[in-house]
Amino acid sequence: MNAEATPAAPRDYSRFLERRSFIEMRARERARAVLDPGSFRELLGPFDRIKSPWLPLQGIVAQADDGVVLARGTLDGRPALVAAIESAFQGGSTGEVSGAKIAGALELACRDCEQGRPVLPVLLLETGGVRLQEANLGLAAIAEIHAAIVALRRHVPVVGVVAGMVGCFGGMSLAAALCSRLVVTRQARIGMNGPEVIEQEAGIAELDATDRALIWSLIGGEQRWAVGLADDLEEDDAESIAAAVRRAFASGTPPALPRTVLIERYRERLAAIDPRQPLDGKTLRLLWNEPP
Amino acid sequence: METIRLDYPAEHTVPRRVHVGVVGSGDLEVLLEPSQDNQAHVLVNTSVDGFGVAWKNVLDRFFARFQCAVSIEINDFGATPGTVMLRLEQAAEAARA
Repeated sequence: MNAEATPAAPRDYSRFLERRSFIEMRARERARAVLDPGSFRELLGPFDRIKSPWLPLQGIVAQADDGVVLARGTLDGRPALVAAIESAFQGGSTGEVSGAKIAGALELACRDCEQGRPVLPVLLLETGGVRLQEANLGLAAIAEIHAAIVALRRHVPVVGVVAGMVGCFGGMSLAAALCSRLVVTRQARIGMNGPEVIEQEAGIAELDATDRALIWSLIGGEQRWAVGLADDLEEDDAESIAAAVRRAFASGTPPALPRTVLIERYRERLAAIDPRQPLDGKTLRLLWNEPP
Repeated sequence: METIRLDYPAEHTVPRRVHVGVVGSGDLEVLLEPSQDNQAHVLVNTSVDGFGVAWKNVLDRFFARFQCAVSIEINDFGATPGTVMLRLEQAAEAARA
């Protein structure tokens, strides 16, 4: 290629190269990356061996922390709690134990808040939803997580992060929606049913689960942010995400009206959509466009 | 799913416990702790049945050099012997560091 044909646009690769990918981190590293340096202190860690009693009964190897890392630490010096889901273990699925770890931690944080000791809660959500092998017990734990988020967000913002690449699905997508503020990357996906499930149930004419561009145009992080269902769109960079989490708390008291109580707003929006007409991500952005 | 237990003689101690890895596809987690009885004990929980000889070979080779009194628990999700050895070396390095 000759030099004159190439636009003289110097590209700044240094930022890209210096970036620390948050997506590539395991749950424990993610929790460390979000908290103030050196403040990470794990609760119910792998050596406590609080793991699933159900998986071995079904011939599946359990993980010593059941795929959830709970950590206390600080955010800009203020006491914080991080619950990070490990997506590499059973797709980040929420079982009885892993769900109870998250719910119990949020309930304790709520009790601290009620007693005048605010704790800043952060959920690093990377999960396919309920762990099917633990069925109703996992679902019950997810309901407890929902209730704990609703109770806690009256005191402090509950900040969720969906970074990818698993995304956040099923009952845990409701947990993401309940958060006071939600941070996403372009790589994230948030939805009730995953694309494969929709294709399997409704047919390939409804949704082609192999069409990545289509999937991300519907449930990708950027789309969710553009239609007002997520609050911050960040690069896949640990520093950017840690900064977005801090900004979410710095914005002060929790929003007076979380999205999930604006039932009439969303009911009207849904009523305005004709399900017989095809709807794509771009059109939804026009219909639901709201200032971020 | 299969459980394998192996014991080895030991000469040294390690100062701390270490956790590395994840029970993800083709990977494993290793929990390494100092043991109190001057021996090394290994407990392997593996998702793949019938590879007891391969596990013994990998662990024999590892403990030929790492002669420390430790209790090791391995939760394996189909890791290859090479990956198992890398995770063990990673844990050993972190325990001695």
